[in-house]
Amino acid sequence: MSKFVLEVENLSASYRKNIVLEDVNFRVKQGSLTGIVGPNGAGKSTLIQTLLQLHPSLTGKVEFFNRPFNKSKQSIGYVPQRGSVDWDFPTNALDVVVMGLYGKIGWLKLPSRAHKRLAYEVLEKMDMVKYADRQISQLSGGQKQRVFLARALVQDAEFYFMDEPLVGVDAATEKAIMEILKELKTNGKTVMVVHHDLQTVEDYFDHVLFLNKTVIEHGKTSSVFTTENISRTYGGKMKWAMEEGSHVVDTR
Amino acid sequence: MWSILASSNFQWVLASTMILGVAAGMVGLLAYWKKQSLMSDALAHAALPGVIIAFLLLGEKNLFILIIGAAISSLIGAFLIQWIQSATRITEDTAMGMILSIFFGLGIMLLTIVNRSAGGNQSGLDSFIFGQAASMVKSDVFTMLILTLVVILIVFLGFKEWKIYLFDPQFARGLGLSSKGMSVIYTVVLVTTIVVGIQAVGVILIAALLIIPSVSARYWTNSFFCMLLLSALFGGLSGIIGTYLSAIGKGWPTGPFIVIVAASFFVLSLVFGKEKGILVSRLEFNAQRKLLNSQTNANANTLDSKGVH
Repeated sequence: MSKFVLEVENLSASYRKNIVLEDVNFRVKQGSLTGIVGPNGAGKSTLIQTLLQLHPSLTGKVEFFNRPFNKSKQSIGYVPQRGSVDWDFPTNALDVVVMGLYGKIGWLKLPSRAHKRLAYEVLEKMDMVKYADRQISQLSGGQKQRVFLARALVQDAEFYFMDEPLVGVDAATEKAIMEILKELKTNGKTVMVVHHDLQTVEDYFDHVLFLNKTVIEHGKTSSVFTTENISRTYGGKMKWAMEEGSHVVDTR
Repeated sequence: MWSILASSNFQWVLASTMILGVAAGMVGLLAYWKKQSLMSDALAHAALPGVIIAFLLLGEKNLFILIIGAAISSLIGAFLIQWIQSATRITEDTAMGMILSIFFGLGIMLLTIVNRSAGGNQSGLDSFIFGQAASMVKSDVFTMLILTLVVILIVFLGFKEWKIYLFDPQFARGLGLSSKGMSVIYTVVLVTTIVVGIQAVGVILIAALLIIPSVSARYWTNSFFCMLLLSALFGGLSGIIGTYLSAIGKGWPTGPFIVIVAASFFVLSLVFGKEKGILVSRLEFNAQRKLLNSQTNANANTLDSKGVH
């Protein structure tokens, strides 16, 4: 039986006066690939940021690998939303990937040739070698996402968080990213992804976490990804019809 | 009047304004990517009351003590800007505008009082407004040299850390780099550069020496490291050339000359810079248009010859 690598108890967080997360409890098994879904403003990004202590928590306990976050930091990788950085920053794709190794290189030391080779190999895996020297402002949205993912992969973490990696990328990039995620899972890594497209949840994730300020439901996709849970998460206004295996959204 | 240029004291002054320019160019680059160029202006103006109060308490002009006074008042300014935007509904730019003018007004008021008092107008405090490099004595020069070299060293040693902190602070935190720590070091090097520079360049114009070299450097390179070196080069050259020019006339303020030299580098970069400089962009655009035009013409000709329209 696989063990739990993330345990969250009674987590809550707020932005100014608004409570955005309340009494969040869930446990994640090693080697699972979880999609976090929920409406806008449900606290999906905040959940990840609170778990990683990038956003302060009001209450609650979070343990990775049975240890507090600060002691397991090195084994956790994070792929933030693409829009979170200034892509006009003067640097190239390879350089951004090398940044993923800064923790390993050690502070105040410069990256060696071996570090650069490692970053290069990961770019190769993401099919991005021909853009290694390209200025990051001149990359397309999908290429930027691949660079971000490569930067996380090079960290060689055990647990990955990704914030909407599939938003605004083309089909080829989406496929490439999903292949990488499945490979991570095969290698026993644990991945949690904030996801928007309900139509692909069943194809992409073996676990799903419905979030709307608190955990509505969490479990195996095959058992919890039901119309009932979707409407509980997205509210009564959203009507769901499952016709010929596809979901149709009515947002009246 | 030219004899001053040959004096050994003046050569030290030149060296110190050059190193100041280098430090300002480097720290200015950090401010540029932290999107806080205007912050340096606010902090420079906020330094003035500290200088005057330190002089009033001490009764003499000792650059090191005045610098400490300037630093304290500048940091209070920085703190107030932070506090105003977090505790009230006033936004950062308004907070900076308020602090800048209030502190500067207070400084000018105190300066007027000092100058009216007996012996006050010989204090040379006026030089802190527009800068007077020639008024520096050897001990001033050494104070400046040591502090600026420390700043340069801090920026240089932590090059990789600055880069990730400026590009993606959240990711840097994930790697275990304390963003609070980096932010404190950033404020310290910024304030240090400002306060050591105010005697030579003046509180009004020191910000220009922080802002202009880095924007000029942006037109030449797409590498953070090269941008750092270029920004340091532009800053250093502006410092030395500006000081030299201002020494030609007796009592000419240094700050304006340094800023005009820095601005000339900017104009050159804006026009001739190889990364999106006006001239290069224009040439590239024209070349592409020509290419496309000749292609369409060629296509049209083939169609014509086939009798198709």
